[in-house]
Amino acid sequence: MYDFELVKPSTVEEAVKALSGDEAQPLGGGQTLIPTMKQRLAMPGTLVSTTGIASMKGVSASGGVLTIGGATTHGTVAKEAASSYPGLAAMAANIGDPAVRNRGTIGGSLANNDPAACYPAGLLGSGGTVVTNSREIDADDYFQGLFTTALEEGELITAVRFNIPEASNYQKFEQPASRFALVGVFVAKHSDGVRVAVTGASEEGVFRWTEAEEALSSNFSPDAISGLSVDASGMMGDIHGTPEYRAHLVNVMTGRAVKAAG
Amino acid sequence: MPTVSMTVNGKPVSGEAEGRTLLVQFLRETLGLTGTHVGCDTSQCGACVVHVDGEAVKSCTMFAAEADGAEVKTIEGMANADGSLSVIQQAFQDHHGLQCGFCTPGMVMSAAALLKDNPKPSEAEIRDYLEGNICRCTGYHNIVKAILAASGQEVTPIAAE
Repeated sequence: MYDFELVKPSTVEEAVKALSGDEAQPLGGGQTLIPTMKQRLAMPGTLVSTTGIASMKGVSASGGVLTIGGATTHGTVAKEAASSYPGLAAMAANIGDPAVRNRGTIGGSLANNDPAACYPAGLLGSGGTVVTNSREIDADDYFQGLFTTALEEGELITAVRFNIPEASNYQKFEQPASRFALVGVFVAKHSDGVRVAVTGASEEGVFRWTEAEEALSSNFSPDAISGLSVDASGMMGDIHGTPEYRAHLVNVMTGRAVKAAG
Repeated sequence: MPTVSMTVNGKPVSGEAEGRTLLVQFLRETLGLTGTHVGCDTSQCGACVVHVDGEAVKSCTMFAAEADGAEVKTIEGMANADGSLSVIQQAFQDHHGLQCGFCTPGMVMSAAALLKDNPKPSEAEIRDYLEGNICRCTGYHNIVKAILAASGQEVTPIAAE
């Protein structure tokens, strides 16, 4: 990979200042960014590491909201959110593999918005807020398509807030080589309705399956969606699965998630 | 070039590292600790797993400068103080948990990380934990047996026997 300058700030203020430079980019755990840089698909001039910023780490729950620092690893979320938000903790516990979970961060995952990543489904399914150094972004406004988010240049995810549902579950049909989702569905049953977020399937990245949400809000059971189908147009197609296959899996995985959520 | 300092297998070390220098390069090329292997270099295979501050990480997917000030443990630090094999290493030998041996450093480091958090894992838990460690000799059965044995559990007949 091309060389760059690595900066290791200890506060958000220092990080934001470093990010204002030309071709500067935040570095979370690097589990996607470093392989991307090895392939020379990314060539930042400066990487601003977030792992030394203590205020961006940790998990806390209060008033029905789970707050996770932007530099918190998947491994930490899997452990520390297990009692307050078990559905999200279980999702985090199945990202990548153990060594990847010890480095990869929630902020890195959400800033990248890979169309097959788990966290975008977790956040969009839960509903919540992306907190940056300068503002708060509603989860419904945050995801804007393939690898695209509402984040501006130099903006840093400092924390993420999830609305904790009454019941939830994430079902991932894994692409066995990459361990990303071929299709992943996060279902969350809130007191005011059900949210269903799908990753891995659409060419536009994570999306809410609103038809299923309406059906499940009046009857939270796999039967409620058995008659529904997802349009295959706009679904991703590759050697791992056709658009029709992915569309079919969306329904299957939603049903499994509803059943597992109970 | 910036200088990076860390503790590796209990010894303080330092050396020059560019921003892009990977931890595995620093271990192998700067420190000469070639027990940590580079298999895929794409964070899939796990041959490069080491412990950083007690946690298993893929050293091909972490910059050396990010381990500045950290406690790093590699396969070279796994043997007992008198040079004899550690319990996990001995179990790998006893149960023929390797064929070519290329993946073994990463397997041993992942096994050690698993047993630290979960001293008596089930066979399924061991297989699940080794998701990110690939053995191309397809020697998983004996690796799983070795880890079961290292955890002090009975090595029951397992699948494919």
